[in-house]
Amino acid sequence: MDLIWDGIREAFRLIFTGNGEVYEIVLLSLTVSGAATGMALVIGLSMASLLAFRAPPGRTLVLSFLNSGMALPPVVAGLVVAVMLWRTGPLGQLHLLYTPAAIVVAQAVIATPVVTALSAAALQTLHPRLRLQILALGASRWQAAWLLFREARLPLLAAVMAGFGAAISEVGATIMVGGNIKGSTRTLTSATVLEVQRGNFETAMALSFILLALVYAVNLYLTVLQQRRRAS
Amino acid sequence: MTRPKLGLRGVRVERSGRTILAVEELDVFPGEVLAVVGPNGAGKSTLVSLLAMLERPSAGEVLFDGEAVRGGLLAYRRRMAVVFQEALLLDTTVESNVGSGLALRGVPRAERERRVRRSLGRFGIESLARRSAHTLSGGEAQRTSLARALALEPEVLLLDEPFASLDEPTRRTLIDDLDRALSETGTTAVLVSHDRSEALRLGDRVAVLIDGRLRQVGQPSEVFAAPADEEVAAFLGVETIVPGLVRSLDEGLAVVEVGGGHVEAASTLPAGSEVLVCLRPEDVVVGPAAAPTAATSARNRLSAVVRRVVNTGPQVRVELDAGFPLVALITKQSLEELGLAEGSPVVASFKATAVHLIPRHAQRGGPSA
Repeated sequence: MDLIWDGIREAFRLIFTGNGEVYEIVLLSLTVSGAATGMALVIGLSMASLLAFRAPPGRTLVLSFLNSGMALPPVVAGLVVAVMLWRTGPLGQLHLLYTPAAIVVAQAVIATPVVTALSAAALQTLHPRLRLQILALGASRWQAAWLLFREARLPLLAAVMAGFGAAISEVGATIMVGGNIKGSTRTLTSATVLEVQRGNFETAMALSFILLALVYAVNLYLTVLQQRRRAS
Repeated sequence: MTRPKLGLRGVRVERSGRTILAVEELDVFPGEVLAVVGPNGAGKSTLVSLLAMLERPSAGEVLFDGEAVRGGLLAYRRRMAVVFQEALLLDTTVESNVGSGLALRGVPRAERERRVRRSLGRFGIESLARRSAHTLSGGEAQRTSLARALALEPEVLLLDEPFASLDEPTRRTLIDDLDRALSETGTTAVLVSHDRSEALRLGDRVAVLIDGRLRQVGQPSEVFAAPADEEVAAFLGVETIVPGLVRSLDEGLAVVEVGGGHVEAASTLPAGSEVLVCLRPEDVVVGPAAAPTAATSARNRLSAVVRRVVNTGPQVRVELDAGFPLVALITKQSLEELGLAEGSPVVASFKATAVHLIPRHAQRGGPSA
């Protein structure tokens, strides 16, 4: 029990004594996972709209791949991204390996199937003719997309939360493509792994508490957004 | 002749190699209500999609104001409105829903509020303005949907089975309200329905669509009295439907002026009402012109001439001219015993209770307007 209390105490100390390194790690985790979720959203919502509203041939097959993609082992995603970004790999010219950008890509690869599959399911719950009705009201393509997303915002925000959760909780791929470099690519999860390996359980627990608090804060915000009374 | 507001020329719609709609020519004239009737699966919704510029035909042309539709469809969509069978409201208040199309079309707020208020009033739903759309009953939701469409002051209103999901009393009052709104605004409209009574009630002209093809287009009385072919007849049910004017009403018995003659009908419609006089052919009794008059309860005894005799299986359809087209259905035996042929003078009789009167709005527009 002492270990847990020490961990909590250490967490508060790290947060409130203005530990620069911890702030840096928290900020990096948030920006990297936020950016990855953003990328996953752009790709996911476009694909989900296509799948839900255009009903392309092979939709069931694509959806089954995406649904399997939700269970994509992060290390596999990390390996693929690492090979792609490797100096001699197809995207080696970009020199992204061991940069925060590489982590964004890896986390986006993990979050995209989650966001896409859940968004497609969300949009498929809308009435099939609602899109036609909205277009008939005089909506442009973008206005129609916005209104349809707003109509499905409950399950869509659940998709965002799941995507963000998959991204920020990821560690294997993050270390593989980011390298866990202090001051550059160290995130809350990779730092926690490192501290455990070093036997610094208090610090590891402190970082974990911060991670949990962060995840809760983000999801609280999204949930409030989701459950907000319909604007009149 | 007036230039049509909307038109189709040589239009075909194909899906997975199958032609689901083929219309050589169809015009919708300014101010008229064109009712398109047909059984389920006839291609009616596809027709609405084409006219509403929600899809392009596989071949042929859609005309708007006499010009072929070219380029983006959004600009055309913003001049029309569509009401579907389902109300398809957005998850917001009733008034936001009614204003949603106006907002999408960039109508300034003050103007939007004015039109929303007027449209809510037109459909009697002012009291629901602040309610969440998802708490409405089916009838209230469809009222909201109609109000949303009329608030747009569309050049053409397209109605795709708007009453099909409603219970009978709701349907009846909503049809009355829509009829009034269309007459007051003079909106050009296309009503698609599988229900011929709706077509009769609202349509200035009727088009019959079966298996993706237009079989007949014309005045309701014309189409119903003289269906183009057996399939049309089978779908519509052969009936006598002629325009008339209620001259007097006395204790539930109306005297209706029809084609120069008079018909008595059980009704409560006041004198001066414009009506369609409907009579089922099996309710018309045909007798020889020279026969002595026996006292019966049939209030109507009209002298008529046989115009055409059509065999339709065990029964025979006899088309009469009684100053207006009148259709009777009799057995082959009766036909032979009476010796009926084209030109035979007869007496057609039917009870006042067999006559059904459908109230009509004042004539709106139409091809000859």
